[in-house]
Amino acid sequence: MLTRDRAADIFDRIKKFSSADEVEVLFSGGKFALTRFANNTIHQNVAEENYGVSVRTAFGGRTARASTNKLDDESLRRVVAASEELAKVQHLDPDLLPMPDSREAAGGLDQNLTGEAPVSTQALQSSQTLPSRHFSETAGITPELRADGVKKIVGVALKHELTTAGIFSSGESVEGIFNSRGLAHWHTQTSADISITMLGADSSGWQKANSPNVANLDPLALAETAAKKARDSARPQQIPAGKYTVILEPSAVLDIVGFMFWDFAGMGILDQRSFLNGRVGTQLFGENITIWDDVAHPLQAGSPFDGEGVRRKRLALVENGVVKRLVYARATAARMKRSEYKDTTGLIEATGHGFALPNEMGELPQNIVFTAPQNTQTVEQMIASTERGVLVTRLWYIREVEPFEKMLTGMTRDGTFYVENGRVQHGVRNFRFNESLIHMLSNVEAMSVPVRASGEESFDMVVPAMKVREFNFTEVTKF
Amino acid sequence: MKEVAGWALNIATMRGASYADARIVSQRSRALSTKNGKVGSASDSESVGFSVRVLADGAWGFAASDDASRASVEATAAQAVEIARASARVKVHDVRLAPEKPVTAEWTTPHKIDPFTIPVEQNIDLLLRVDSELRAVAGITLAETNLNFNREEQWFVSSEGSNIHQTKYSTGAGYAAYAFAGSEIQKRSYPTSYGGQWQNKGYELVEELKLVENARRIAEEAVALHQADQCPEGVFDVILDSSQLGLQIHESVGHPIELDRVLGMEANFAGTSFLTIDKLRTLRYGSDLVNVVADARQEHGPGLGTFGFDDEGVPAQCTPIISNGLFTGYLSSRETAHTIGENRSGGTMRAEGWNRLPMIRMTNISLLPGEKPLTLEQLIASTDHGILMQTNRSWSIDDKRYNFQFGCEIGWEIKNGKRARMVKNPSYSGITTEFWNALDAICSRDEWTLWGTPNCGKGQPQQVMGTGHGASPSRFRQIKVGSAYKGN
Repeated sequence: MLTRDRAADIFDRIKKFSSADEVEVLFSGGKFALTRFANNTIHQNVAEENYGVSVRTAFGGRTARASTNKLDDESLRRVVAASEELAKVQHLDPDLLPMPDSREAAGGLDQNLTGEAPVSTQALQSSQTLPSRHFSETAGITPELRADGVKKIVGVALKHELTTAGIFSSGESVEGIFNSRGLAHWHTQTSADISITMLGADSSGWQKANSPNVANLDPLALAETAAKKARDSARPQQIPAGKYTVILEPSAVLDIVGFMFWDFAGMGILDQRSFLNGRVGTQLFGENITIWDDVAHPLQAGSPFDGEGVRRKRLALVENGVVKRLVYARATAARMKRSEYKDTTGLIEATGHGFALPNEMGELPQNIVFTAPQNTQTVEQMIASTERGVLVTRLWYIREVEPFEKMLTGMTRDGTFYVENGRVQHGVRNFRFNESLIHMLSNVEAMSVPVRASGEESFDMVVPAMKVREFNFTEVTKF
Repeated sequence: MKEVAGWALNIATMRGASYADARIVSQRSRALSTKNGKVGSASDSESVGFSVRVLADGAWGFAASDDASRASVEATAAQAVEIARASARVKVHDVRLAPEKPVTAEWTTPHKIDPFTIPVEQNIDLLLRVDSELRAVAGITLAETNLNFNREEQWFVSSEGSNIHQTKYSTGAGYAAYAFAGSEIQKRSYPTSYGGQWQNKGYELVEELKLVENARRIAEEAVALHQADQCPEGVFDVILDSSQLGLQIHESVGHPIELDRVLGMEANFAGTSFLTIDKLRTLRYGSDLVNVVADARQEHGPGLGTFGFDDEGVPAQCTPIISNGLFTGYLSSRETAHTIGENRSGGTMRAEGWNRLPMIRMTNISLLPGEKPLTLEQLIASTDHGILMQTNRSWSIDDKRYNFQFGCEIGWEIKNGKRARMVKNPSYSGITTEFWNALDAICSRDEWTLWGTPNCGKGQPQQVMGTGHGASPSRFRQIKVGSAYKGN
């Protein structure tokens, strides 16, 4: 693995090669392996190791970036030259700020950004310091261990007369940033993913889980749940499209709510492309919706600094349905303070959510944590209290239809059930939905305890299952 | 490079691999963009590395590294064999490959101007001129432009004796104008949405697109949409412009014909396909007018799916996919060809880069133009009542590729053969085979464009690939319109 010391040495060499006023270097990469199975067979099995440096140089108000994965001196000289050549021909950018030093990046606080400080992972409360996200057991997973895990999953499929497809992946990654004003941050992390689809003749079930610590993943339990969904949804019946009470399992919630967080970027307001334009401070969602961005949450993952090295702050984005805060890169915050929106967008400050510069999108909250309401319900309790509704395992191919009402379309997939009189009755053919996120989060009747959820439509989040009334299914497909 | 590949193949075969190939890849890309009069991003990147793919004990292994020293190459090859042996612990059948004659070859994308030779200042000046034209129109609140250049050089060497050196260039260019007013955001893009037009060409593509010349019209349309009526809901004849039809082909023909999907290999992520093997040469996919090919050959055009050889060393081919409406072919690989009774791969295996496994990908999946002369204006003139839809805005389809819904940026209601009014938020939906069987007119070759889709995602870990889709504007009878807005 690329170490912090070696990265520091590479940075020192890059600094010597550069004639720019300022230099910033991002490091990324690691080892990654993924075992993929289908038809009860491992059919793809890959591993890679790769490290890259990305060099940003700045001359006055001009900046640009060049990247390479070759770390020898000749390649480093070349990437520095490429960055400088690009930077010098840029037009002057009056919004470009000097690179942050360590104190500014820490928000004026003496914060630990190394990711090394241990904290209890038992408590589901956030901490000021980041829990360690590097686990040697995860880093040490071999192809044989992944194959053993897959064998267990296939065993469950065979027991239930199903076929299975999915992945078991593991990896170890590094992320670092150094700049010529003395800022230096380094983060190491491990990750493991298991995703399982169980297929019957006319039905399917699915489960997915992800954690920095492979000990938190239970392939057998995931396989059994996916198999039960496939068996219980066999011989699906067609029920008409229309508005239903839906019970969205956490992955389905993640799939759909993930589409709104780009709009929490301050840049989105300045660009007038956010559905939050004119809506910050208003009651946009139901009073039971409270959403944080919290990198230090025990169920979260990722590094504690952003693309300029600024510490990620813990923020309440939505409190009791009211949009309270947006996230800002340094330059976006400075622009917002000068803009016509400065009095209507809540507290404006660099929050540590910026992308590496230069970029067009500004920033994004990526460590989403929903707050549990006082009276949580399990999915089973939600089903028991439902007279007529649909239970949804996951959603698929979601796209934005209308950006300001945040109307999204997509499909249900891999386990959709009709609920009547408090019980799951049978599987149903999959639906297409066309639903406004604003409408959906204003109609949440019940929520479970939030969990770390994984899906394919959005990044991992800590979200609850939700029971939502009047969810708009517009069409039915053929399976 | 052959020496590096030789180190890998030697170790792989010594460790017991029955087949091995090595790819050494050097990628270079440049991305430039502007937003509201300023440069948004300016970046150059390069990535160099190699991978080794092996069959051992009847199963696949794959390993890749950015370190091409001899020690690293040999360790990576050994790792690939170790991984293959682990794969073999969970297998039902041994992998068998369709035979392929080894070949030694050189191939380069035909191009007139190496895009990396164009000064960056010239690129930025062009984008800022477009930006200026867009924002000169009152009501435009956001203008975005982009230019992208890619070069990929690859050496493919296999234990069967193939030795192929291939260099591919691609270029992309486009822009979008947004108008935010009241509680509505409208958008128009050129030449199409999500990054514009992309082809396997040099800088000459940028010169052909007439970016500046079209900017004012595009911006005016974005603003005008605010005054347009909502697209009516109901059942209408629908005319799709060629870029929207290109995406329709991508989603409702290109993906379902991927044989790995059909065989369940993508079930966990991208999904499966309604096109089960019993449908080959029996399913009436579309009307008699529908002829679709998967064509990776240069003579088809400079699509993002054009190459000399795929990443298994199989030469580019043309496969008839739909012939006069009948479903006639899949996209296949050396591993999957036998499942459809073929003794040769269709040559569709491609990898995103050196560190990704080749997999079945669309090449250029194109709807052939109508044989009788027919322009878009003539097609409109022959339509009593319908909706013309242009430029994709949203797209979604189920995981077997039956039910789809598309939204477009702009629509025109056609009455008595004329564009009666502009309509906003047009959308349509349907079931794949019902939709293609409703096609009753295709414009001819003069209206045909080979569009590029640069962002097709597939696989785990996910790979992004460019695909090509040729299409002429076409008409579909009695299509469901507007259900996206129903009930909201």
